[in-house]
Amino acid sequence: MAYHRFDAVIVGAGGAGLMAAIQLAGKANIAVVSKLYPPRSHTGAAQGGISASLGNTEEDHWKWHMFDTVKGGDYLVDQDAAEVLCREAVDAVLELEHMGLPFNRTPDGRIDQRRFGGHTRNYGEGPVRRACYAADRTGHMIIQTLYQQGIKHNVNFLDEHHLLDVLFTDDGRCCGVVTMEQRTGEIHTVHAKAVLIATGGFGRVFKVTSNAMAGTGDGCAIPYRRGVPLMDMEFYQFHPTGIYKLGILLSEAARGEGGILRNGAGEAFAERYAPTLKDLAPRDMVSRFIHEEVKAGRGVNGEDFVHLDLTHLPPELIDAKLPDITDFARTYLGVEPKTEPIPIQPTAHYAMGGLPTDVEGRVILDEESRIVPGFYSAGEAACVSVHGANRLGTNSLVDLVVFGRRAGRHMLGFLPDAELPPLPSDPEFTARAQIADLLNRPKGERASELREAMQEVMMDKVSVVRDAVGMTEAQREIDRIRLAYKNLAIDDRGTCFNTDLSEALELGCMIDCAEAIVAGALAREESRGAHFRDDFQTRDDKNWLAHTLVYRTSGGLQMRKKPVTITEFEPKERKY
Amino acid sequence: MEVTLRIKRYNPETDAKAAFKEYVVDVEPTDRVLDAMNQVKWKHDGTLTYRRSCAHGVCGSDAMRINGRNRLACKILMKELGKKITIEPLIGYKVIKDLVIDMDQFFDSYKAVKPYLIADDAPSAVERRQSPEQRERYDDTTKCILCAACTTSCPITWTNERFVGPAAIVNAHRFIFDSRDQGGAERLRILNTQSGVWRCRTIFNCTDACPRGIEVTKAIEEVKRALLFETV
Ligand SMILES: Cc1cc2nc3c(=O)[nH]c(=O)nc-3n(C[C@H](O)[C@H](O)[C@H](O)COP(=O)(O)OP(=O)(O)OC[C@H]3O[C@@H](n4cnc5c(N)ncnc54)[C@H](O)[C@@H]3O)c2cc1C
Ligand code: SF4
Ligand code: FES
Repeated sequence: MAYHRFDAVIVGAGGAGLMAAIQLAGKANIAVVSKLYPPRSHTGAAQGGISASLGNTEEDHWKWHMFDTVKGGDYLVDQDAAEVLCREAVDAVLELEHMGLPFNRTPDGRIDQRRFGGHTRNYGEGPVRRACYAADRTGHMIIQTLYQQGIKHNVNFLDEHHLLDVLFTDDGRCCGVVTMEQRTGEIHTVHAKAVLIATGGFGRVFKVTSNAMAGTGDGCAIPYRRGVPLMDMEFYQFHPTGIYKLGILLSEAARGEGGILRNGAGEAFAERYAPTLKDLAPRDMVSRFIHEEVKAGRGVNGEDFVHLDLTHLPPELIDAKLPDITDFARTYLGVEPKTEPIPIQPTAHYAMGGLPTDVEGRVILDEESRIVPGFYSAGEAACVSVHGANRLGTNSLVDLVVFGRRAGRHMLGFLPDAELPPLPSDPEFTARAQIADLLNRPKGERASELREAMQEVMMDKVSVVRDAVGMTEAQREIDRIRLAYKNLAIDDRGTCFNTDLSEALELGCMIDCAEAIVAGALAREESRGAHFRDDFQTRDDKNWLAHTLVYRTSGGLQMRKKPVTITEFEPKERKY
Repeated sequence: MEVTLRIKRYNPETDAKAAFKEYVVDVEPTDRVLDAMNQVKWKHDGTLTYRRSCAHGVCGSDAMRINGRNRLACKILMKELGKKITIEPLIGYKVIKDLVIDMDQFFDSYKAVKPYLIADDAPSAVERRQSPEQRERYDDTTKCILCAACTTSCPITWTNERFVGPAAIVNAHRFIFDSRDQGGAERLRILNTQSGVWRCRTIFNCTDACPRGIEVTKAIEEVKRALLFETV
């Protein structure tokens, strides 16, 4: 065992974790724990852009951005948080530029901006150029820039450490984490006054996803097991344009630059559903349009995919602004996007839900917003909630930067007066027991078999369109998988870089996330944003203009409601 | 189709030295090598160990030697490789287990070139200006995903462990030619030493190896020229 003591520990080195770390570096003694080397974090896969109402190429205002965010989120957004997001986006993007981020530029040398789904001028009049970008590798540039700053500021990185447990005192303060160093298998206790969870999303719960293999929801599941609730888990975004079967993302920037979705008959079907924004309607809607087309037999060759057509775009524009994603089509499908349409289907993309936090990144425990002292979260793992029932494209990267920064700054204020809470008596007990158990089991089912079964059922029954019958089936299957998990066995019994073990641990976390998603989705008897129920097709503000909180208790799952904060924009019907 | 994977295996806890092991997998021609490796790990032998995350060539986790060339396992398809595929760890760094190598030295070399913007003139409340042409000047080297394919394909790094290697030079280039940066001279001084650019013998292995299509050798040449002619 190894023991470390820090003022604060940040778990996760994606955009959110690094942004927080940079605030604290040099001012407090911190460590950043990550199961991947920081630049391998999934923030690096983000493509299209980061939104801020800079107004560099046309008029724009933070309040328009806020309106779009609230409406895009189908009015489940907490509007005080959305205001913070959209106001601070401008300064946060400028800070990234000051750190060296190589944005694309306008002819006069300012940060260039482009269109993205759901972002409009003057409260919905038409599309606006709000997404700041660096070709179609904006996330790559963000993760590189923030990692570079981390190096510059001598951040203490504990790379390839896998989070196993989050520690709390009996009186409910957070006091550290337990990790496993991959290389040696050694267990570490990291004792700290504050912990920030920034472990990203859990797209791997579904079969077809744009998320990295590391996107397994560890940082959500582990505190959840310790009594912290998860919020709005039923809201999981399916991005309309994933590469058919593989799920690899083709950014909305493709449509922002003029790409068009076409059904089997070659028809540009989006305008039939959304006459104003057409292909640039928000993602939840476009994914449903595709679902409808396929269901009506209008998929390509009657199959379950449609086409993303870029063939009418100037080839130079494709090379300059969409080089990476067109390369994905060539590499993985053998399709030349300049001359052929690309087969696409909706792909599991983004978790709107997660650990509930306030606007300072402090994790909250209940509908009264009681906080857990010393416990923070930011990024996709967290739910502030600025995305409500459906996140707009480019709003995640800005969420990472704005709320990662706020959480880091708040921790900086919290640390000097906070005392180091005592550790529980045997801090590594749970983690060690869990690992010993997995390492010592006799033969049993493989983790991969259980994982595939979970991914199949979640994709079939709990994706773009849901109903009670299908979800009840999914719930039973998840229960079966949870039971079978108790008997799964792994091949690798060693201590050195045991990825067989880490994959089994990750599966355990995904089962928790899947269960919470299904519970939320079954409870919410309405359709809102990304959560669309065939058996309850309309939004029900009377009963469901509320967040859900799900708790794991010894007596099973418990659901509670938390009111939505509304400041400026009264809920209206959502039309585009 | 059936394909045989010949994978170099080494487990420090049980093996005195590395040895090849063969696995027959049933794959589609359009599957990635990573898919085939996952099939081995998930269906046949859970002890097979490699790094991976994004599975589409953007995170830099899974560079390895595939049929004698450095590749990302997630960016090369089965149909490009034939019926028998040899998979080995990258050369030049210590093997931790199977295909997992020790990256410490790689990241140390990267950090040695000060890979961050050095500039103390940030204006308040606006961005620094940079023309599209100035931005284009260093575009190629911003693409690096730190996968180490280039550095571990270079015969100079194999024999001279102090050489910073192509990846570090690529990342120095990214800042040296950024109009906003003021640390060029400092980085050039670092690259002008014993372990710096002059070790490079223009062998081009690095350029061939780079999965991001970065013109690595060209970048190194540009740094050399900057040193010779003080053009920065
Ligand atoms: C393909 C793709 C394209 C996207 N494009 C855009 C876009 O254009 N604009 C936009 O706004 N958003 C986009 N998004 C969404 C956005 O990129 C993500 O939501 C965001 O990057 C998540 O960042 P994060 O910092 O929360 O987590 P991540 O970047 O996912 O980082 C998670 C970190 O946690 C660590 N971690 C996880 N589990 C553990 C554990 N058990 N122990 C230790 N460490 C752990 C990982 O190592 C990693 O460092 C895109 C997403 C995808 C998948
Ligand atoms: S230059 Fe290319 S090969 Fe070298 S580390 Fe960067 S991406 Fe990998
Ligand atoms: S897994 Fe990310 S580059 Fe291959």
